[in-house]
Amino acid sequence: MSMKGLLNNYGVWMVAALIILLVPIPFGSGFALSIASQMTIAIVFALAYNMLLGQGGMLSFGHAIFFGLAGYFTIHYLNWMGQGVVSYFPVSLLPLLGGLVSMVLGVLIGLVSTRRAGTTFAMISLGFGEMVTALTLIIVSFFNGEEGIQGDRWVGPEPLGITFGSDVQVYYLAGAWCFAAAVAMYAITRTPFGRMCNAVRDNPERAQFVGYNTQRVRWLAFTLSAFFSGIAGTLHALVFEHVGFETVDIARSGFVLFMVYIGGTGTFLGPVLGAVLITWLTSILSNFTEAWYLYFGIIFVTIVMYAPGGLAGLIFMHEPIWLTDPRLLRRLLWPYALGLASVLVALVGIIGEMEMIYHLSNDITGEFVMNLYGFDISLRNTVPWVICAIIGAIGLALCRKSFPLVAQHWHQVMHEARERVLQ
Amino acid sequence: MAGCVGLSAALCQEGVSVVQVLLFSLFNGLLYGMLLFMLSSGLTLIFSMMGVLNFAHASFFMLGAYFAYEISRLIGFWPALFFAPLGAAVIGAVIERYGLRTVHKFGHVAELLFTFGLAFVIEELVQMIWGKTNKPYLIPSSMDFTLFTWQGLDYSAYRVFMLLTSVGIFVALYWLLTRTRVGLIIQAALSHPQMVGALGHNVPRIFMYTFGFGCGLAAIGGVLGGNVLGTEPAMAIQLGPIVFVVIVIGGLGSLGGALIASIFIGILTNAAVSYDVPFGPFFALFGVSSATDIGNDLVRMTSGSVSSVLPYLIMVLMLILRPRGLFGNRDV
Repeated sequence: MSMKGLLNNYGVWMVAALIILLVPIPFGSGFALSIASQMTIAIVFALAYNMLLGQGGMLSFGHAIFFGLAGYFTIHYLNWMGQGVVSYFPVSLLPLLGGLVSMVLGVLIGLVSTRRAGTTFAMISLGFGEMVTALTLIIVSFFNGEEGIQGDRWVGPEPLGITFGSDVQVYYLAGAWCFAAAVAMYAITRTPFGRMCNAVRDNPERAQFVGYNTQRVRWLAFTLSAFFSGIAGTLHALVFEHVGFETVDIARSGFVLFMVYIGGTGTFLGPVLGAVLITWLTSILSNFTEAWYLYFGIIFVTIVMYAPGGLAGLIFMHEPIWLTDPRLLRRLLWPYALGLASVLVALVGIIGEMEMIYHLSNDITGEFVMNLYGFDISLRNTVPWVICAIIGAIGLALCRKSFPLVAQHWHQVMHEARERVLQ
Repeated sequence: MAGCVGLSAALCQEGVSVVQVLLFSLFNGLLYGMLLFMLSSGLTLIFSMMGVLNFAHASFFMLGAYFAYEISRLIGFWPALFFAPLGAAVIGAVIERYGLRTVHKFGHVAELLFTFGLAFVIEELVQMIWGKTNKPYLIPSSMDFTLFTWQGLDYSAYRVFMLLTSVGIFVALYWLLTRTRVGLIIQAALSHPQMVGALGHNVPRIFMYTFGFGCGLAAIGGVLGGNVLGTEPAMAIQLGPIVFVVIVIGGLGSLGGALIASIFIGILTNAAVSYDVPFGPFFALFGVSSATDIGNDLVRMTSGSVSSVLPYLIMVLMLILRPRGLFGNRDV
């Protein structure tokens, strides 16, 4: 294969590997590396989840159990190794072991839950999720209740001096596994089995008629998804050296669902986008605002309502244009800038208002003083409330003007792209 | 003490008899069950009409409790019992009209996702407006006394009132759905929406009213139960999945099934806690001893400690063995 062919086929992967390799150079601090590690974990979990939701059409509300249980297993295994109860297993290969544990669970649970798709599957997954969450408080010797369990990843021999004691080393471990898992999951989508998953998602009756056992296809997809979720869970346990019931509960399951859907379920890139973006926003914004989860939920609902393809869907909407003539995209630039600016103005007003309400009702000091956008304000004063309301109103009015403009230009450009193709 | 078989040690020491515990758990179970019914009846109605499992249903229960807290602080409990559900119903109708109807064209999974996100947003909004800690929504003082004592147990006036109200609502709901014109149109819209539309009824509007009505019913549950169960932002997520369990067991779309399943789950969870049957002897049959850590956990298990798992276990078994539930006429 020529150099150009190589680049065409594997260019994206090379860039991805390069990004994973180079991240610690500009972002070498402990905090930045921790976020980067969390991103790689989130990417694996999101891609695994999308094997179900995007490729298999199965909506799960309890997928975190495969993530968390692998994590619990990993911490126990690390501790057992430390005590010499079990034989040594290289720490760098533990994700494989954790993945296999989740896979076995996936085989068992999938056997009963994948008989049907749709609402039945969603409800069974919810039931299993709630059961495992409740069990963490009952079987104390394994889960240790609300405290969770801790371990030390620095065990056993040190090949080449790698101990996983430092943040960089554990980041590269997570990064390498993230890359390998992503390649594997992408490869699966290209196999006949991956295509069968899509067929079973879109038209189970016809798939059955052609002679495929739809339950078995779903079961296999479920098992594989559980395997990769287990890898993510193991990496989580190795990075934090701690797992608690919050790794298995419905909040975690919902979180990955939000990530995947915001990123976009229709493409392979979508969940990656969602995982990176949401992890970054969560770790950055939770320092500034306590209401971040509210905004997160609102973003999710907005995406469900107006952009079911997610962010990746919005990006790939432009594919026909840039395939025809990338220069056409330039004509969309200023309407988009206008639309974005009016949304930002509206958000500044609305978010300001929400932050003030949030502070007002959660203020334990009783002083009602807060810092909003760099200004120290008193909530007893009506001025900040009025100003935010006015900014929000102006922003909404601008949105009303600019959105039709954006739509109009979009249709014009699409029309022109189509004309050029037809010529 | 002879009558102590199968009772928890604490209750036994207080000299409580088995009969008393039975009556107590039956009464409280019935009460909790009727509370569940107020949620599950609306949920099952909405499901059978629109085919959407409303994940945010328990959020309206929570909104009912918070609204009632605010209103009862200002003008009293009785207006709250009327206005809080009304407010929740209006919010529900608006959400159906401008949210759910937009998503409807993307299919059932999108609807489920929408309501799931909505439940999340409502919980966060409640935290934003009322704070993260629980609110002192109290039982109205006019009913805060012991109505009667029977078999050595006190029955508070408010709990008896709750029970009577919920029974009254069940009767009214049954009458509304089977004996009135509105109910007949709703029932017809459940099975033959196109035909009802062809007869000149505005089916989307019927959907909207039904959704709002169901949310209002859940909010009545919140008004009545919020002061007993506690009014806090986590109350929706605690009760929500249980309501799903109820309607799956009862059979989706079946009002009678929802009633029976509600009472069944209510009594089961209450009895499991008050009887606190130890599982030790059962595990001992399989040779599990308390020598190992995990064995110790198993031997120490009682029906009380696993009561939170039981409903989900039953739901999963039901979905596997009989997906249409006890009284449902179609699969989930």
